[in-house]
Amino acid sequence: MVTTLDQVFREEWGRVLATLIGFLGDFDLAEEAAQEAFAIAAERWPRDGIPSNPRAWLMTTARNQATDRIRRNRVLATKFGLLVADNRAEVPMKTTTFPDERLELIFTCCHPALAVEAQVALTLRTLGGLTTDEIARAFLVSERTMAQRLVRAKGKIKAARIPFRVPPAHLLRERLDAVLAVVYLIFNEGYGGRDELAAEAIWLGRALAELLPDDPEVRGLLAMMLLHDSRREARFSDGELVLLGDQDRSQWNTEQIADGRAELDRALALGGRGPYVLQAAIASLHAAVPCDWAQIAALYGELTRLTASPVVELNRAIAVAETDGPEAGLRIVDGLGLDDFRYLHSTRAELLKRLGRTDEARAAYRRARELTDDGAERRFLERRLTELAATTGSG
Amino acid sequence: MKYIMLIYQGTALEQQAALPEEEQKQVYADYQGINQTPGVTPGLPMGLPQNATTVRVEGGKTLTTDGPFVGMKEAVGGLFILEADDLDAAIEIAARVPAARYGGAVEIRPSEVYW
Repeated sequence: MVTTLDQVFREEWGRVLATLIGFLGDFDLAEEAAQEAFAIAAERWPRDGIPSNPRAWLMTTARNQATDRIRRNRVLATKFGLLVADNRAEVPMKTTTFPDERLELIFTCCHPALAVEAQVALTLRTLGGLTTDEIARAFLVSERTMAQRLVRAKGKIKAARIPFRVPPAHLLRERLDAVLAVVYLIFNEGYGGRDELAAEAIWLGRALAELLPDDPEVRGLLAMMLLHDSRREARFSDGELVLLGDQDRSQWNTEQIADGRAELDRALALGGRGPYVLQAAIASLHAAVPCDWAQIAALYGELTRLTASPVVELNRAIAVAETDGPEAGLRIVDGLGLDDFRYLHSTRAELLKRLGRTDEARAAYRRARELTDDGAERRFLERRLTELAATTGSG
Repeated sequence: MKYIMLIYQGTALEQQAALPEEEQKQVYADYQGINQTPGVTPGLPMGLPQNATTVRVEGGKTLTTDGPFVGMKEAVGGLFILEADDLDAAIEIAARVPAARYGGAVEIRPSEVYW
């Protein structure tokens, strides 16, 4: 067997931690116990070999660590004449079967009573098993800030008693949407080039699909992430942004596209027609040659009706421009009130350029550049401006 | 678990005053319903923040000023105590408070043992 320690840790961390939290009723105690168990494993397994049932080994070791700690605290408390009220850990935990409580865990981490940034951090820490330092680096904040964010969130879960459970039916849809939004947010953070976050979001998406196999939106989100991510290599060439039409298709990850389409098919078979399923369907069409722009425009139209989002309308305009010409696309763009949105201006610029309205195109590219600080996107706009100058012969 | 439920009126009093009589009656009925919900200990009905007096002590000297500690709009408008299993149960009760749907809000504050 070629399973590495890292792989086992990666797969088991969330499950072990979730079960421990369910059992102990305390995030901090569970996290410390899990950390100790994984540290002991890291020391012993390379020497003695990976046990036949790594999960049971980790679970039992962590539980023993927690029980020891509770006992020590109790001795200490008795010395000071204090009573220890919480005796949940006295209940023996079954050692043969461990309930999978990752769903309870993710719903707790993504509870709307926590700030979204805390939801993201907690999800990555507890289910994803990322260290505080890794999360801090991914979100460009100091480790200290991230550690405080996690401590505050765990403190609130305890103090306000945010329940550790899968929400009841009447709350499920709304709460699940919050979970999906967190995963999508992590993916989007990764889309700008921080690959490890995109991979993390896909990993979380797969775990969710395993836990909630019959929810079309869960599958739709996973499909959409797989399909977008399949073009990751082709989106940049020597650190420069490459648009869909100019991408080297041999760099697309065909296996991942197939994987994403299979997820999309499952979502559609489940009757899915929600925002993530629609976006996955659009991403699937984008990955096809030739691209069916009429169908894409129709799907964006459906998505606009669901979300009422002007950003979706902007995307529809791009598809409409491909089928009905740049003039038709421009009419939609000019009806949108998104003056501070850089992609509105870069889209306008492309359409104006195609219509030969060079001066207006130049002004629109400049406006987009003003609103862009990201390196690769800004350089892309610079190149477009240079190209415009070359075609018209003016500086 | 005990929660202190703080009611902020925001623009709720104005909005409710403008409602047809039937809906105004509903508002009263809803408050009464909350007070009779198991687990709820109603607070004393609170007077308007205009009639509040704020007291500070600086260097041993008592300073008394007119009005609430925060602005009129931000002032607490009422409270009740709720015994509930968890935050989700408290959120459900909070959502039934009329102020929450007429431009005000309910803040759920868990009680804490400090000593």
